[in-house]
Amino acid sequence: MTAPESSRAIAEGIFTTGAAPRLIGGRDRATGRIVFPRPAGDQHDAIMLGNRGTIWSWTIQRFRPKSPPYAGPADFTPYAMAYVELGGEIIVESRLTNIALDAITIGMDVELVLVPLDPDTEGSLLIHAFQPLPAGAAQ
Amino acid sequence: MTDVCIIGAGIHRFGRTEGVSGLDQGVVAVNAALADAGTGWSEMQFAFGGSEAAGNADTMVDRLGLTGLPFINVRNGCATGGSALTAAASAIRAGDNDLGIAIGFDKHPRGAFNAMPAEYNLPDWYGEAGYMLTTQFFALKIQRYMHLHGISITTLGRVAEKAFRNGALTPHAWRREAVDLETILTAPMVSDPYTKFMFCAPAEGAVALVLASEKKARELGRPLIRLKAVAMRTRPSGSFEVFAPSIDIVRGGSATDFAARDAFAIAGIGPQDIDVAQLQDTECGAEIMHMAENGFCRDGDQEQWLAEGRTEITGTLPVNTDGGCLACGEPIGASGLRQVYENVIQLRGAAGARQVPGNPKTAYSHVYGAPGVSAVAILQR
Repeated sequence: MTAPESSRAIAEGIFTTGAAPRLIGGRDRATGRIVFPRPAGDQHDAIMLGNRGTIWSWTIQRFRPKSPPYAGPADFTPYAMAYVELGGEIIVESRLTNIALDAITIGMDVELVLVPLDPDTEGSLLIHAFQPLPAGAAQ
Repeated sequence: MTDVCIIGAGIHRFGRTEGVSGLDQGVVAVNAALADAGTGWSEMQFAFGGSEAAGNADTMVDRLGLTGLPFINVRNGCATGGSALTAAASAIRAGDNDLGIAIGFDKHPRGAFNAMPAEYNLPDWYGEAGYMLTTQFFALKIQRYMHLHGISITTLGRVAEKAFRNGALTPHAWRREAVDLETILTAPMVSDPYTKFMFCAPAEGAVALVLASEKKARELGRPLIRLKAVAMRTRPSGSFEVFAPSIDIVRGGSATDFAARDAFAIAGIGPQDIDVAQLQDTECGAEIMHMAENGFCRDGDQEQWLAEGRTEITGTLPVNTDGGCLACGEPIGASGLRQVYENVIQLRGAAGARQVPGNPKTAYSHVYGAPGVSAVAILQR
């Protein structure tokens, strides 16, 4: 049986698991500036970032990154990367998923999901990614 | 205040030199610079030098001579050379010294740079999940810039085409064959919108510059190439930098904005006074964006500038006359000083086939690097 999602996160404290996952950011107690991920220490309060946003910029990673540090599958498939603007809060770097590599545009509406780092391995670590919203689902 | 002058410039050719360490390439550059200046290692009162990946610069005293001089190692990413130059200029301007040397060299393994998250104060997951790539950042940055300012992929291609054409004329360049625009644009994609010809590659090479007070330069009878300004700056809030898991909604300027503004202020001139410029071009878009960040044009004007050939050697503002990082490759510790070397050669009128016409008098160089540092130097003869 596959381990529960909560124990498969690639790191602790960067997102919540479950039906509607959220990235966990940090809000600077002095300045109010929001950052992701939340830095260690007590200068930043944890906040749940919005789970929907728009693509701010994007690219395709077309060669396998070197290991270490990359921990993805040895058999490489190009993946899409983006910065996603989350409703006036912050712009976060993230993979894109469930999207055709030739159909990505700046301004596309997307929502947060968790996906396996290695889709072919059961129980793979989970990473955050954004996927297109169904047409008409944007707020 | 006395001007600081560059009286000697030496280079070890960029690219790949099997069997010669990065440090020994540095020694070659130092000896070339000393010969060019008509002086010797024993006359050097100080040295600032560094590499990113090829060892401690100060160990080269073993090769050059155990004179006891103060030799300070500099390691500041892509700004290593610029930082060494800044420190060397200060050492003379302070009045304690009148003759010294700045050195930059490097030798990187083949393939993309392989940075580790911990070196940049980032969590391990950032690298494990496949974000720790400079190429990715550069692609994401230009994609946004193209969207905002109407820059086309053809314009990116023109930057690479110019780089390889200039590199073909440059003895110290690595890539010495012209590549046509069609080949550049249809080559395999590395990180969209960049094809493989649009990124520089990690490489090897070394540069050394001998600096002197104006009085000392006159004594030695060398042509006076004045270092009118050198400014090294770090990033402001709201900037967009390499290896950033998040960026601020409220967008800000860049380290380059600061370094350029301050260098022009120190020199007492503006972008319109520059006759030739070397701008950090680790990828095509960097040259495009840095044209605007350094104040040479408005965002979006690059589309027309490139189409009209304004940044060609024969254009109104020649940019990267030796082919830049695209044609010379990127030995991180050496590239910043290569730009200054190229400007010295151009101002002396000694650049041969790649010489900017019209006796250029004022030259500009700019580097940018992780995690948001920039250095600008302005030379005048």
